[in-house]
Amino acid sequence: MAVTEASDTSSGRKIAIASGKGGTGKTTVATNLAYVAACAGKSVAYLDCDVEEPNGHIFLKPDFAKATPVGTLVPKVDYARCTHCGKCGKICQYSAIVSMDKTNLVFAELCHGCGGCKLVCPTAAITEVLHETGTVEIGSAGPINFVHGTLNIGQVMSPPVIKAVKEAAPPAELTILDAPPGTSCPVIESLRGCDYVLLVTEPTPFGLNDLKLAVDMTRALGLNFAVVINRADMGDDKTREYCESNDIEILAEIPDDRKIAEAYSRGEMACEAVEKYRSTFTELLEKLGEKIATI
Amino acid sequence: MKIAITSQGQDLAADVDPRFGRAKCFILVDTETGEFSVHDNAQNLNAAQGAGIQAAQNVAALDVEAIITGNVGPKAFATLSAGGVKIYVGATGTISQAVEQFKAGQLKCVDQANVDGHWM
Repeated sequence: MAVTEASDTSSGRKIAIASGKGGTGKTTVATNLAYVAACAGKSVAYLDCDVEEPNGHIFLKPDFAKATPVGTLVPKVDYARCTHCGKCGKICQYSAIVSMDKTNLVFAELCHGCGGCKLVCPTAAITEVLHETGTVEIGSAGPINFVHGTLNIGQVMSPPVIKAVKEAAPPAELTILDAPPGTSCPVIESLRGCDYVLLVTEPTPFGLNDLKLAVDMTRALGLNFAVVINRADMGDDKTREYCESNDIEILAEIPDDRKIAEAYSRGEMACEAVEKYRSTFTELLEKLGEKIATI
Repeated sequence: MKIAITSQGQDLAADVDPRFGRAKCFILVDTETGEFSVHDNAQNLNAAQGAGIQAAQNVAALDVEAIITGNVGPKAFATLSAGGVKIYVGATGTISQAVEQFKAGQLKCVDQANVDGHWM
């Protein structure tokens, strides 16, 4: 899974909104940024990469034009050609294909779709078929191109669905990726190939603990990033102190405002529901613009 | 008849390991002569996933007619079956006792997994 993505040929910039901790406000920041960027006349693509629980559509309310099944390409063995040499089973690190004396077994749900078994098969007995694990939907929310993925129930591997979301995205001046929470494979897949990362946190011990993990992850990926503190007037000052002592810039602070929560509960965006937040997110977009212009 | 038993230790006095894929080791016993040999399973013990499949391949490669264990999941069952190994579950006590239970016909030969997989 550690294959580097080919560099983007278009001039557009990709910004990922990530967090570490869940529920800090990634989707709030991502959707509002997409909204104000579109209002400013930019071409915008919003990619909901949280395929286990996508929810950006609740706020941006897209009309979907197309749904495509996606998943992993898994091996299919042609027994007329198979000589049971065992090379496919030996190369597979996940025991997804097993070569026994008289037959081969394929465990599709363990397959990471690397295609190694097909490559090493000396008799070309292996072809690849789609093991469907999710759906990618494409549509538009006004001027915003909207893409999201949904992982099927019972599936454990979200990165192939996230990858499909990214591949389905139409080119845009600004692509905003709403990443899943956490710091493992699904987040890495979302952040790969992005130009900049915004880490959304809240000033609580939980938010700070997971922010530190997210900072370590983002630095390990070699990506430029800054922090947004949501519900900034609750909790304590430890998050600010941590950012200061680690040279991490805080690009925006969003207050713990009941009006934002009320809008959220109705599936409305803060900058639509409360006029003053339009300038909060417009300022954040401008600061981001300065950051990504210099990359 | 050659059979394999999942074991928590290196000899016939050791307890049966109720786990198949992540058993400590396998003891191969010849039920006629009583001779036995020990086969390590450390690699699968620490595997992130696919332990049952790997273990089943290793057991099938030992050329045994049957495996005796506590429980077997769906992927291990499929792999053992493809390898022509019969699966007996519900063994308890020491390896020696399990061999006696097997000889006396007290163990259940299963035609499907008796526990769910760990992933789905």
